[in-house]
Formats: sequence, structure tokens, C-alpha cells
Amino acid sequence: MKTYIKFCSILALIFSIFSQSIAAEKVDYLKTDWSFKGLFGKFDRGSLQRGYQVYTEVCAACHSMKYLSYRNLSEKGGPEFSVEQAKAIAASFEVVDGPNADGEMFTRPAKLSDKFVMPYENEKAAQAANGGAYPPDMSVLVKARGGGVDYIYSLLQGYETAPAGMILDEGVHYNKYMYGNKIKMSAPLSDGIIEYGDGTTASVEQMSKDVTTFLMWAAEPHLEARHRMGFKAIIYLIILTTLVYFSMKKIWSRIESEV
Amino acid sequence: MSEHNYTPKSKVGQWFNDRLPLLTLANHLTDYPTPKNLNYWWTFGGILTFCLITQIVTGLTLAMHYIAHADMAFESVEHIMRDVNYGWLIRYIHANGASMFFLAVYIHIFRSLFYGSYKSPREIIWILGIIIYLLMMAAAFMGYVLPWGQMSFWGATVITNLFSAIPLVGEGIVTWLWGGYSVDNPTLTRFFTLHYLIPFLILGLVVLHIWALHVPGNNNPIGIDIKKPSKDTVPFHPYIVIKDGFALLMFMIVFAFFVFYSPNILGHADNYIEANPMVTPAHIVPEWYLLPFYAILRSVPDKLLGVVAMLSAILILAVLPWLDTSKIRSAVFRPLYRQFYWILVADVLILGYVGAMPAEGLYLLIARVATAYYFLHFLVILPVLGFKEKTIPIPLSITEPVLGGNPNLAMVKQKESKIE
Repeated sequence: MKTYIKFCSILALIFSIFSQSIAAEKVDYLKTDWSFKGLFGKFDRGSLQRGYQVYTEVCAACHSMKYLSYRNLSEKGGPEFSVEQAKAIAASFEVVDGPNADGEMFTRPAKLSDKFVMPYENEKAAQAANGGAYPPDMSVLVKARGGGVDYIYSLLQGYETAPAGMILDEGVHYNKYMYGNKIKMSAPLSDGIIEYGDGTTASVEQMSKDVTTFLMWAAEPHLEARHRMGFKAIIYLIILTTLVYFSMKKIWSRIESEV
Repeated sequence: MSEHNYTPKSKVGQWFNDRLPLLTLANHLTDYPTPKNLNYWWTFGGILTFCLITQIVTGLTLAMHYIAHADMAFESVEHIMRDVNYGWLIRYIHANGASMFFLAVYIHIFRSLFYGSYKSPREIIWILGIIIYLLMMAAAFMGYVLPWGQMSFWGATVITNLFSAIPLVGEGIVTWLWGGYSVDNPTLTRFFTLHYLIPFLILGLVVLHIWALHVPGNNNPIGIDIKKPSKDTVPFHPYIVIKDGFALLMFMIVFAFFVFYSPNILGHADNYIEANPMVTPAHIVPEWYLLPFYAILRSVPDKLLGVVAMLSAILILAVLPWLDTSKIRSAVFRPLYRQFYWILVADVLILGYVGAMPAEGLYLLIARVATAYYFLHFLVILPVLGFKEKTIPIPLSITEPVLGGNPNLAMVKQKESKIE
């Protein structure tokens, strides 16, 4: 047992060295309490629903979310809109379907099984409409950035006037959390830019938190199930390990007494 | 080896065993006499077998849903993560399983280095192990390419480009590896094929590895030859089975923490960005388990020599049984080697660290010193040490240090438990 404690501490040391080296670039991001962190972390349902509102009313103008379907909005562990609400949300979008019996393409309201409608036809169109910069797809954006949720949360609030002496090209903005501090996206949020359905005050901070929570769910839709299962699995393993430990002691006692 | 004149009790068993002696094999495996003083560092063989089986089982399941096509690979991985039942679990076990596999293999290798398990008569076991390790690196590298993220694509580009360092035929070889003029769909499909093949090659080699092990039997912390079976040994079942089982469960707890609570910490964020040949990531970094070799590669200013240095760093291990001239196996009885051993461990960790850092300034200098020391250890220190070192007298059997009244041996025992 003593061996193992020593052993685990060596492991912990090695891993801390490597995880540090992986997260080499350290930036002090803005911090907030994320309900989905920790052993029992769960999403804040209200925050997810508000976050979807921010996404659909603000971000979705430029950013796609091509791996999500409207059905996901009513699934367990997500924003958990009712099926009717999700259907209504889907129906407010038009999708191209077809070809029909006459060989024509047609548009129809989206269904639960449809993927989120993209703001642009393709990447080139998105670039053309945004001064050459492609607004990245947001499906796994949180996992695709080093700082994760803290980075996104900070970035949304990191717009400032550029320090004196810094020359910004047209269509480029200063953001203190962006890599290189230059970003093509203009500040997307401002106080009261949307009106929350549940009456929450739509401050930039609040909207940043809500939309980041929503993006986290979008990237990890099974996070709650994972945490639940992880807790059970680890408890099970600990109990089993304890039992096996005592069996081992018992079995080996035959040998040690002989020596 | 244990007695092989085993006869099954039942008539049917005898009939079968005369035609295919599987029951004799099973009997050999359960009775296999194992040194009774094996410590927990010896449990990693079993843990590694578990890792291999886990990777194969989860990998087969993933392959049922994954699409090896440059336009669809990234999307199919997201499909697995979102829509396949427990797909997220299977993929996270597979992705973190690779890291756990390497963690275990490094412990296994360094255990061998400490207790001199590679020395006569176990050279073949050791060399088979090095081949398995090389194949593991190939499998892991190709597996990392399959999700077709940015790090997949650029990692593949950097690593395959290393072959272009070969004089005259280099460029041709790279084109041949790619199946085109850049990393593209043909590269992905062949990597998928090879990634699927290699684990089964490893499995075959693992069987040979264990077979070769069962000829001389296990080395042990004291590193002496023991009589088998004797008072120094215990039958594999139940003694070693339960001990390996306990260690495996401890390992699984660590594994579970990664899978359930930080499944992406060992990966690079850029791999969640779909591969884009037009955009190069700021830093191209391999997975953590390849970092020491990456550091060696980059510490040499010449491309060809860098590749040679990196390959030599691995292949030098294959000739280790002949580089180490000491007749004493276990570092417990080699006071000087023991110190150099820990310096080597630190050296490799330092190489891993600088491998993750940009190759410039102080980092580059450290990488160069550490690379030089790595080779110095194997090419100069080990051969010389065998002649110069004054070793501690070794006991005659495992039970002796406990029973005997020799004060030297009591000290030895104390030292040994300290290392455990």
C-alpha cells in the first residue's frame, strides 16, 4: 500500500509536469462559477436556454453550428426545451429539401431531425461576407480553444480601445484575450442587445456566461451523463479494489507466515 | 519452466489434450512459478495486456462508426460523440487509453532498466519489447491522425516529412507514403488500414514476449537466478493473479478519472478544429508520450542527423543488453548505477518537457544538453560502469536475506524495501 501511495505521487508529479507543459501559454482569464465543473457538475438549465437565445439572436448571424440538430434542444442533459418548443424553434427556420417528384428542390420549415441551419451557404460565402475572416463553426468551439470556457467567456468581454501606438487595420478590433490581441469580429454583445424571455437582465457579463454555457453543452452534449456515470464507476472501482486488497492480504498471508 | 507431464482428470480432457495440449498450457500458466518478492513495478505487464485488449475492443467498436475519408472523418467522430449510444464513452476510453498505455509501458521499461531485466538470459524478451514499443508508437501516431483535426493533419505532415531527409530517395519515399503530393485522403485511408493492423501485430508479439519470458522465468527485485519451483517462488495463480488484479484496479481508477472528468486534458485543443491544409497551427506538438524523442529530433540542427539521432535514441535500447557490461542485474546492488539511473529518468522527463516548448533559446540549449546526456548514459556510462563499479554482494536466494545473519544482507534488504 505504501508503495502505491509513493507510486501515485510520482505519477501525479509526472502528469502535472506534462499538463503544465501542454497548457504552456498561461493567460489570466476572467473567472466565473461554472455549474458544470466538478464531480457532480450539471448545466444550469435556465442558463442554457438563455444561452441558446443569445446564440440564435446574435451569434447565429455569422456562426454556424453544423453538428447540432434541433432535436438536441429537447434532449435530456441539454437546454431541455419541451418537444413542442423545440418543434416551434425548428419550424421558424427554412431548409432546402428535395428533389421532389418533379425533380425540383423546395424549401420547407425545419423539423426536429434537421441540423441547425447555417448562416451561409459555404465557407467562401462566409468569408466573403466577413471581410475574409471565416467565423468558425461553434459546435465544438469550446474544446477547440486552449482556455476552453474561460477563454470564450473572457473574449466576449475583452473588447477595449487599442493601446496607444497599436495600429489596427480596418475591420480589425482590439481584444485583450485574443491571440495577438487582434480580432476581426466586432464586439458582438452590448448591454440590452437582446431581451431575455425569462426577464433576466441582459448584461454583457450575463450574456457571455449564458452563451458560453450553451457552447459548452453544444461541444459536450453528454457531459451530465458522463459525470453521473464517472461517479458511479469510480465508487464501484474503489469498493472492488478494497475487497481485492483484503483478499490479496489473506491469500498472501499463507506465504508470508511460511517465511 | 513448470512440469509438463500434466494429465487432465477427465477422459474427454485427456482425449482433447492429447490432440491439442491447451489444458497443459492452462496448467503451465496457473502453476508458473513466480518469484515471491515481485513488487508492484512488476504488475505493469498485466496492466499493459489489459490496455492492449481495451484498445482493441474500443477500437473495433469505433471502426464500426468511423468513416476514413478526408471530407467525413471529422464529422464521423462528432457523430460518434453525439449520436452513437455511449459513443463518447468508447471514444474517450480509446483516446485516453492510448495515453494510459504509454504511461504503463514507460513504467514497464524503466522497471526493466532499474532491475536489469534485459540482461542475459532475457535479451530476446527485451528486444521483442522494444519492437512492441516501436509498433505502439506507430499505431498511436496513426491513430492520432484519424480524427482529421488540425494537429492530426499537421502532425502527419511533419512526421512523414522526416523521411524526406533520407538522401536521394527521400522525396520519393514521402510521396509514396502520402499516396500523393501532400497529406490527403489516400494518406488517411492507409493510416486507418495500418492503425487497424498494428494492434494485432502487437498482440502476436505480446504472445512471443510472454512465451520468451516463461523460458527463463521472471527476473525479480534482487535480480538473482532462483531455483524454480522452490521456497523462493509462488504459483502464478492465485498469488500473482490477485496482486496484478489489485494493481490493475488501482490503475483503472486513475484511468477512470481521465475518461470521466478530464477526457481532453491530454489532447491538444487544435485537434477539435477540422484539418485545413491552408492554415498552419502556431505550434505543432506531438502527443505527450512522443515528446522526449521530438526534443531529440529538434535538438540537432541538421534534418537528416536529427532523424538519425531520434531513431538511434530508440534503437540504442535494443542493444542495451550488450552495452551494459555489469554482470549484476538489480540496481539494488549497484550503488553507482542507481544514481545514474535516476539521472537518466530526470533526463528523459526534461527532454519531454522541452519537447513541448518552442525550440529556441534556453529550451533548445537544455534539449541539446539532455540529448547528449541521454546518449552518454548508454554509450559511455553504462559500459564503463560495469568495470569500475564496486557492487554490493548479492544474496544466494530470495529467502536468504530474511533468514540469514549476514549484516550486509540485512542492509541490502533495507535498501531494497526503500526502493519499493
